[in-house]
Amino acid sequence: MDSSTGILRAAGLTLAGGVVLLLSTAVYSESAVTSGSKAAGMNSCVAPTAEMRRNHMDYLKHDRDSVVRKGVRDVNNSLADCIECHAEKDGQGGYHPVNAEGQFCSTCHAYLAVSLTCFQCHSKTPEQKQSGAASLSGGGSSGQEGGLGLLIQSDEAAALSVEEMVQLHAVFREE
Amino acid sequence: MSGNREQPKEIKRREFIGMTVLAAGAASVAPGILLTVAHATAEAEGASSEVRWGLLIDSNKCAESCNACVDACNRENGIDLLQRPQGQGDEMWDAQRPQWIRKVKLKDNQTGEVTNLPMMCQHCEFPPCVDVCPTAASFKRADGIVLVDRHTCIGCRYCMMACPYKARSFIHQNVEQQTLRSPRGKGCVESCNLCVHRIDAGATTTACQDACDKDGHQAILFGDLRDPESALSKALREKSSRQIRADLELNTGVRYTSL
Repeated sequence: MDSSTGILRAAGLTLAGGVVLLLSTAVYSESAVTSGSKAAGMNSCVAPTAEMRRNHMDYLKHDRDSVVRKGVRDVNNSLADCIECHAEKDGQGGYHPVNAEGQFCSTCHAYLAVSLTCFQCHSKTPEQKQSGAASLSGGGSSGQEGGLGLLIQSDEAAALSVEEMVQLHAVFREE
Repeated sequence: MSGNREQPKEIKRREFIGMTVLAAGAASVAPGILLTVAHATAEAEGASSEVRWGLLIDSNKCAESCNACVDACNRENGIDLLQRPQGQGDEMWDAQRPQWIRKVKLKDNQTGEVTNLPMMCQHCEFPPCVDVCPTAASFKRADGIVLVDRHTCIGCRYCMMACPYKARSFIHQNVEQQTLRSPRGKGCVESCNLCVHRIDAGATTTACQDACDKDGHQAILFGDLRDPESALSKALREKSSRQIRADLELNTGVRYTSL
């Protein structure tokens, strides 16, 4: 009698454990990327997904110090860029807050019960083009090969010397 | 341009940006060459101790009824997005809302002479707010801009007490809406940062200067105090200027003429 309840109990536990495991792997492997966000159309983040899941906070923390304290704005990992890619469009020209329920950040943070304090101060949505017009810098532009880009036709003569072009960080490209 | 070619290593950031614009204007560089200018410039460089940013304010040109600099500052730094907490009276709201620039009106009681000036963080070389900060959240960047790192600010407000210019504000309420360029939240201190996001992006003016110029007053001039050729340094050489509370020997980055 004792041994049979033991077997039953063990079987029950195994079953329950299996269900929990299944559920947890289901949650863990499912992508938190929302379908209406820019990130949905991209192959990967700035690092492999597993790496991002575990270490995104360290990436952000490292670069925030160089931005705020040293003024180095050309960083690889900025929260503004996270929001730019991961905020889901609300279909009315705006965005859902990235930390709202069911959105990218909260999917994992709610599951793991880790409170998210970034957005007490930081914007939860990408910069709208109209509101950014007053500023010269606009939103976070890093990640784009922005600024000025001039492609010169191969039959045109060079107006600058090689040294000047080096100073201007000109990129030599084959057509 | 030929002058720059002789000393390619000596090229300065401002000159470089000027040159870049020139090159873009010329619109022809060389065959098969794409000229990209963004990251390799100001954004990647960071703050440099070779410059010291400052302001020169001509209080003669500062008009009495004008509030353009304050409004521009509020827009630029998202201060206008702040909502008054429910049930708060006018007096409390006016006393507690963040103000990066205050319009100050001085009257000489003997002569009746009235002087107007914008008052903001003076970006001291020896800032008392940095001295007293227990978490080193209040700090001075290499280029002389004094600002608060909100990541480490604990909201103790020692800096507000230490500042002789009453330049700092404390955020008392939860903030729902921010801009990307100026994060803001309950429990941190903030003040004028000389439009640091614009300067880092290579801009040569602050929002307040732009607004003042646009209204035709030209009372505010932003520039590099270390560069003897900057418009700011030239103006400082020509006119007699004052630091407010010069007796404290803080060597302020914001100077006033006609005061």
